[in-house]
Amino acid sequence: MTADHTRVCDLLAEYGALIDLGKFYEWLDLFAEDCRYQILPRENFDRGLPAALVYCDSRAMLEDRIRALREANKYNIHTDRHVIGLPRILDDGLAVEAPFAVYQTDQEGETRLFATGLYRDQLEISGPRLKIRDKLILLDTFAIPSLLATPL
Amino acid sequence: MVTAAIWPALDYSRVPYRLYHDDEIYAREQERIFRGPVWSYLGLDSEIPEPGDFRATWVGDTPVVFNRDKAGAVKAFVNRCAHRGALVRRELSGNAKEHICIYHQWCYGLDGSLMAIPFRRGIRGEGGLEPSFEMRRHGLRPLNVDNINGALFGTLAENPEPLEDYLGPPILHQLRRFLDRPVRVLGYNRQRIRGNWKLYAENTRDNYHASLLHEFLVTFGLDRSTQTGGVRMDARHRHNITWAEADSDTDELAHEAYAGAGVRNDFLSLKEPSLVAFRPERGDKLNIAITSLFPSAVFVQISNSLAVRQIRPRGVGEVEIFQTMLGYEDDPPEMTLHRLRQANLVGPAGLVSMEDGEAIEIAHRASRPDLDRTTVIELGGGGVISDRDYRVTDVPLRGFWSYYAELLGIEPEGAVR
Repeated sequence: MTADHTRVCDLLAEYGALIDLGKFYEWLDLFAEDCRYQILPRENFDRGLPAALVYCDSRAMLEDRIRALREANKYNIHTDRHVIGLPRILDDGLAVEAPFAVYQTDQEGETRLFATGLYRDQLEISGPRLKIRDKLILLDTFAIPSLLATPL
Repeated sequence: MVTAAIWPALDYSRVPYRLYHDDEIYAREQERIFRGPVWSYLGLDSEIPEPGDFRATWVGDTPVVFNRDKAGAVKAFVNRCAHRGALVRRELSGNAKEHICIYHQWCYGLDGSLMAIPFRRGIRGEGGLEPSFEMRRHGLRPLNVDNINGALFGTLAENPEPLEDYLGPPILHQLRRFLDRPVRVLGYNRQRIRGNWKLYAENTRDNYHASLLHEFLVTFGLDRSTQTGGVRMDARHRHNITWAEADSDTDELAHEAYAGAGVRNDFLSLKEPSLVAFRPERGDKLNIAITSLFPSAVFVQISNSLAVRQIRPRGVGEVEIFQTMLGYEDDPPEMTLHRLRQANLVGPAGLVSMEDGEAIEIAHRASRPDLDRTTVIELGGGGVISDRDYRVTDVPLRGFWSYYAELLGIEPEGAVR
């Protein structure tokens, strides 16, 4: 079974919007029960090195990340804006690539490009919905401006 | 011109904001510290295993390349062509038989010596260099290189203090503990912080901030100031080890201690507790060992995550933290996975480190308008600079400033060391 282009676009749009709205627990629901999420600097990917900036290889670890963000971590006060490009749907229709840019705006309205890179997603079909089973974020902007707290 | 009169206190308990913001001071730091008598971390022996392998790095503002020569020896030199000052090696890493500047194709060997110059004799006897031009006087400027268990250090000083003397016994002991087996690079990460590099150097010596700024440590029970721990320095107090032992306090003690600290102390638990699980790897209980070397390297063990951080100044108002994540070559796959998971703790997105980026930026921003005002460094008391067997202290910051003042030539008469 394959995913159609519209449903992939809907998922990506929902993905970016939920982060930009700060609805991180709802964002978690876009992931499958058995999932992996990682943000990998392109510098490491190109050299075949595994260390990621964020590496969650279970739903539990991803939930812990979000809870830490909410309960413990302190970071630059900002809003995010995801601009997600047109997806390429590969292979069986459940492997998806999409370029992205994330802009950050501070409290005084100054915006800067925070990150750009490529999503490489492996999706699965869960009833009427698509869910993310494996999300590899290849980060072009691997010299992180200031710090990385909210998900990309 | 800054002088010894800049210091309001002889124990360095007051640091004028000017030292973080002045371009002339920054230029002097580059000359007297980074191009001066210090040893700087360059990289790891294991990053350049084969002859011809090279990596580019920085010593302060100075671009540097280190490589392995044909005989297997590690050589390092300033990455700047003798001809017109261009970067010779533009790639960050690779393997090469020689280093050729693209501008005019001047060619250097793996020992940095100038080997060939195109059109040296001109064309048809016209142009080119004078016969008296001495190739051997125009090589790449070499660094002295030494290593501690595979960690490579370089210095631009011509007659440097031996590396082992520079580090001193407690630091050497700690580095040899950290590097007691061959290491494997798991990856790199980088962070650009809009703040002066010394704010970061101080941060890594500041035990006091850890469990207050990085609430994750306390909230999720990884590290608390109630644990057995402290700070230990070399005799000159320029380097520091911040250390703590696992399982050395109780929840009751910590609950009481943090009750008034403005940090939540109800100790949440993680859904995936292995993220903070410490697996002892040797005969000690150290689960926190942060070894800060003057001026710009930090060897970090937090639980089972291992890393080397290089502090790379980028002008007076920005610093890059370049971090190399490590495991050991003989780690079984399951241990590598544990380290990759615990890599979540550190780096620009680290659960117990992301806050440093913000803390440094707000300190840099707010201190800038009042250059003659000062910080206050008195946790653990002022006066003598010495090791402490407790954790609520920032004494090692004063050690950093003491050696800094000496190198910059602004050490006041009668100051502590």
